Amino acid sequence: MEAKEIELLQLLESNGRLSDETIASMIELDKEEVTAMIERLENECSILGYSTLINWAKVLNEEVVTAMIEVKVTPTRGKGFDQVAERIYRFEEVKALYLMSGGYDLSLTIEGNTMMEISRFVSDKLSTLDSVVSTVTHFVLKKYKHDGVIFEDQQDTDKRMVVSP
Amino acid sequence: MTESDNHFVADHIQDLKPSGIRRFFDLASQMDNVISLGVGEPDFVTPWNVIEASYHSLEQGYTAYTANAGLFELREAVSNFLATEYHVSYRAEDQLLITVGASQAIDVAFRAILNPGEEVIVIEPSFVSYIPAIELAGGKPVVVEAEETFEFKVQKEQIEAAITPNTKAILLCSPNNPTGASLDEQDLRAIAGVVKEHDLVVVSDEIYADLLYDDVYTSFASIDGMIDRTILISGFSKSFAMTGWRLGYAAGPASIIKAMTKIHQYTIMCAPTMAQYGALEALKNGRVKVQEMKNSYRQRRNYVVKALNDMGLTCHLPGGAFYVFPSIKATGMTSEAFAEALLEDQRVAVVPGNVFGASGEGYIRCSYAASMKQLAEAMKRMREFMKKMNLVDES
Repeated sequence: MEAKEIELLQLLESNGRLSDETIASMIELDKEEVTAMIERLENECSILGYSTLINWAKVLNEEVVTAMIEVKVTPTRGKGFDQVAERIYRFEEVKALYLMSGGYDLSLTIEGNTMMEISRFVSDKLSTLDSVVSTVTHFVLKKYKHDGVIFEDQQDTDKRMVVSP
Repeated sequence: MTESDNHFVADHIQDLKPSGIRRFFDLASQMDNVISLGVGEPDFVTPWNVIEASYHSLEQGYTAYTANAGLFELREAVSNFLATEYHVSYRAEDQLLITVGASQAIDVAFRAILNPGEEVIVIEPSFVSYIPAIELAGGKPVVVEAEETFEFKVQKEQIEAAITPNTKAILLCSPNNPTGASLDEQDLRAIAGVVKEHDLVVVSDEIYADLLYDDVYTSFASIDGMIDRTILISGFSKSFAMTGWRLGYAAGPASIIKAMTKIHQYTIMCAPTMAQYGALEALKNGRVKVQEMKNSYRQRRNYVVKALNDMGLTCHLPGGAFYVFPSIKATGMTSEAFAEALLEDQRVAVVPGNVFGASGEGYIRCSYAASMKQLAEAMKRMREFMKKMNLVDES
């Protein structure tokens, strides 16, 4: 992948709302070239989507409960962990799923509106899968940092003098 | 004695002109909702690993003086850094001095080399401290004006024309504050020829060396024969976003560094210890972060240069530092009038070019060390200002 493409992806990763025109001037390309490049990267599935990081704790009447679940599973012959992983990641509540080294096999992040909702998912859906041996659920109490962004960053104000040599 | 009675103040200090930046600072800081492109320092906070290393040194009780020349480990790290990055070799033992910012290194360098009345060639537009530092050291600044035609790169012939029997030194700063002009190897070789011919010393302020965007940086000291004639000055402020830590260094021939260390030991003792430990961490593990910051500056430079040219404030693409120096001559206004009107009308602070020397008249310095959001808003407001003055048509 060429350097400009990587630069473009890094810019979009940190701010998906940058306009094609702004990106173009930042990486010294024409706007049309940037538009074409983004389209190509979308078609190749290098760009999978554009999401917004929201601090739901700040939004009234919107409570989101997040839990991380450690799952031990029995791999399937011929498919390894992929088959059971697919069974799990297809659930919409599952926001992230990773195969891990160490004391357990799969790590999943799940979101729901209440703790009840999550515990129902674990007992009804997850634990009942044939390959699942055991689960350990950890509820998130507070989010400090997510995807490289610090929530409620105290440092975010400009502390410099307004004019300096 | 009244407040305004200054007969106790030395004459030569009374004669010293206050920096033109001060007045502008006072104006801008009285207003609300100002977007400032007038800041001469990074918009990043110091990388966390550096802050944490400094904490740790304090927790461990490293609160005493260090050696006058600075922590030996830090000098070793600087020596390695200069050798790897800029191919110049300096011994940690006697060719390096850790200072309180590059500014102190500049001050001490001139005090160490200048006899009363000896001349130093200064290329303007330049950083505001150079001329006072030379004057305070008893020297005589001789100004050479870099021209926009040559993208503000000083020409060898201009330097030659300024040389007199009294010339002792040339002060170079590349990449330059305020113009962003950057001298390449060929430019430096041409100057080196003059330096050798006239037996001069060069004070080379290389504080922005790490922020050169399109080319490989060449240190003046790396040019053949120049290491014995160069006082290389740099520091941690700009590339590692450590301005408030006040930590810089000078590297040079042992005889000059010895003389500088003598002044330093009597006047400063040593640079702050906790800052030195932070700097050590910066050199050990901070290079990746510098690269990230540099990429970000480069993108913002490209954005700002295009936006300014589009609105009729013409400027070349500066090679380094984080400043652009667009011409405002098309407006028919002076730099100060333009900057004041822009501040009043659109609440955007820029620095009038004449603050950096007479040859800066007709230009403004815009720093792009600000977030993309701020830059975008500033460009919008400046475009509005230019529109009001009928200097840009919205087609």
